[in-house]
Amino acid sequence: MTEQKSAGAKEVWITGIGIVSSLGEGLDAHWDALNAKKINVDDKRFAPYIVHPLAPVTFDAQIPKKGDQRQMEAWQRIGTYAAGLALDSAGVKGNKEILGRMDMIVAAGGGERDIAVDAAILSADAKGNSSPGFLNERLMNDLRPTLFLAQLSNLLAGNIAIVHGVCGTSRTFMGEEAASIDAARIALARIEAGQSDIALVGAAHNGERSDLLVLYEFGDFNLTEKFSPVWQRDDRSGFALGSAGCFLVLEAREHAEARGAKPYAKLTKVVADLAQRKQPGAVTKSLEALWPKLGVGDSGTLITGATGAEPVTSEEKVFLRQHPGFAIRATGTMFGHTLETQFPLGLALAALSISRGALFPPNDPTGLEVEKAGSPDQIVVVGAGHWQGEGMALVEAIK
Amino acid sequence: MSAPRDKLGRPIVVVTGMGVVTSLGAGKKDNWARLTAGESGIRTVTRFPIDGLKTTMAGTVDFVTVEPFSSTGLTERLAEMATAEALEQAAIGTKADFPGPLFLAVAPVEVEWPQRLELGRAVGKTEFGYEHMLRVSGGGRFTEYHHRFMFGSIASHLAENFGTKGSPISLSTACASGATAIQLGVEAIRRGEADAALCVGTDGSVNPEALVRFSLLSALSTQNEPPQAASKPFSKNRDGFVMAEGAGAMVLESYESAIARGAKILGVVAGCGELTDSFHRTRSSPDGKPIIGCMRKTLADAGLEPEQIDHINAHGTATPENDKMEYNTTAVVFGEHLPKIPVSSNKSMVGHTISAAGAVEAVFSLLTLEHQRIPPTINYEIPDPTILFDVVGNRARDAKVTAVMSNSFGFGGQNASLILTREPV
Repeated sequence: MTEQKSAGAKEVWITGIGIVSSLGEGLDAHWDALNAKKINVDDKRFAPYIVHPLAPVTFDAQIPKKGDQRQMEAWQRIGTYAAGLALDSAGVKGNKEILGRMDMIVAAGGGERDIAVDAAILSADAKGNSSPGFLNERLMNDLRPTLFLAQLSNLLAGNIAIVHGVCGTSRTFMGEEAASIDAARIALARIEAGQSDIALVGAAHNGERSDLLVLYEFGDFNLTEKFSPVWQRDDRSGFALGSAGCFLVLEAREHAEARGAKPYAKLTKVVADLAQRKQPGAVTKSLEALWPKLGVGDSGTLITGATGAEPVTSEEKVFLRQHPGFAIRATGTMFGHTLETQFPLGLALAALSISRGALFPPNDPTGLEVEKAGSPDQIVVVGAGHWQGEGMALVEAIK
Repeated sequence: MSAPRDKLGRPIVVVTGMGVVTSLGAGKKDNWARLTAGESGIRTVTRFPIDGLKTTMAGTVDFVTVEPFSSTGLTERLAEMATAEALEQAAIGTKADFPGPLFLAVAPVEVEWPQRLELGRAVGKTEFGYEHMLRVSGGGRFTEYHHRFMFGSIASHLAENFGTKGSPISLSTACASGATAIQLGVEAIRRGEADAALCVGTDGSVNPEALVRFSLLSALSTQNEPPQAASKPFSKNRDGFVMAEGAGAMVLESYESAIARGAKILGVVAGCGELTDSFHRTRSSPDGKPIIGCMRKTLADAGLEPEQIDHINAHGTATPENDKMEYNTTAVVFGEHLPKIPVSSNKSMVGHTISAAGAVEAVFSLLTLEHQRIPPTINYEIPDPTILFDVVGNRARDAKVTAVMSNSFGFGGQNASLILTREPV
């Protein structure tokens, strides 16, 4: 519904990018890792489940107060860190005037459990210790009073406000992969319409959580036993959860120019839909319906957040094969599945590739991804959620 | 009526349908009757054992049942009920074909204790951890729990049932969520992106862990007896908020589109504003500047002067800090005009419906405009002498009301305000 732009829509630049993931932190580290086809998986810690663990990070660099770090669980630290990198990259870190009116849309999950407390309660229950007040008493006595704040979805945004001073507006979208597609869509629409000048948009995910593995195991979505690239999971489908944080600074062109900011690329379109996936082929159909809204030609470059889970990955493949002129890259192979973070990651890598004048190499033995020489001036970013939500964006070079 | 654009040249956003469910009942009619009669929906919790809890009462919606029970399931059902009522009133689109997007304010979703205990019992051991639970989680036995406990599941269900268009947005700005959902709808219509939007706030999350969490943060009233008297906004002896459940739904439309289809206009969302507080995770900046800024942004957005507001539907949680801070900041914004503004807190009767509160209270604000009658703040026996609001204490008051400001403040520095009017301003 957002594809129709009103006349006079403002041009929106990506002027800041912050990434921290299993491959490292910052743009140079990621560019090098992608070009070296680096993949960082841990198949031991949660065996037989595979995760892409966060690379070693010194959180002090972006979250200087230890007290702040203690108030957060890992997903919030990852996100607050990545947000700081993005603000640095945009050259607005510490600029109170701009940060005080900066809009923020965070896509978040939440709820890291206190695994030890849960396990103790469940074991006691299994031993038959279940008097009426048992659960209440254990929770009252054993839960850390501030854990709730580290679990609340909107407290990633809250921490970014506290640590970095981003305090114009603050909105948190939830709903797995689709949440960040919508975050980018709404931020773009607001800036285009003049409802906002500058916005911080992104997400964070801690994939190293047994409680999350349980949640996705309910639906048999986890990749087990042996790692393989996302396009090569025909025999054993699933996703390997990944830890990552990724934030972008989106800005009206006039606003960026007035402060002399250097853009990486421009964000031209974000479109999204929710197909009711009741019939086979619903995802293919939904992506095909979104495609013409981007207005791209027959060839180009496409970065997808394909998960490796089924049936969505196969349905996305059908869609991709209908656009054979596009060189494809799947972030899931290198980063794992980072849920809400996957779409911002795609936008970030698209903007980075455009700004570096090259596309990173394929990392796919099946041949779906092919080499692509030259400097990309348009990159399509695709996201199809593991169980629902489809979206696309167009990132373009600034001419 | 005036031109279809507001003072800033944007499409005017009107409300053409409303629905509400709270602990007082289902629907506008019941809620309004009980609200203006000063009845409380707060009661001792019977849904689960209360042994060992410091707070044992809440505004639970016990007349709605879902099977199998989960807070997420109840949250979904409450949203469905409020939405159905709003759509029936708006008479927009055709059945299951709402012509616009959905913005849903909803509590964060997570696996809940009954299901976690079920999973634990499936392990078949007496000493185990998540690694053992993982081994029994897959294989189809618990497939429905994946869908049930996805954050996007409620919005997806509503989108399918009511046929909203595009990707539905689930959002949380903590206790300001309901107001944010309305704000997102207003913005979409002002951008010309949609002629109509469905904005819903819902919360059915009174469960043991939720009560414990707020208890551990010392946020809840512990005045358990009698439960009806626990929520005491603006009183000297207030000691915290009372958790509650409910849902509010609104059909927003551009004035132009509502007029074109001959819809009855229930009111106008004249202004929205928000401003983030970066002071602390749970406390407001002591100088109150973010809240003051939020209210001023909202007035500016509506193109109104403080003197033009004639009622404030307060956030009024009854926590010692909120009510004091709300008074101090409101006094700065409204200055000499403040004594002329009757202020009331619906939370004295329905409790704090958390993610739904902004939407529920927006519905009540519009009903206040419709009936020209302000619901009371009950349990107002010992006024806090430092809070000099003209509190509508204990009894509903008839008053000329043309513009209501409804405030919502939440953990994480979330501040959001709405201004609702009867006619376009």
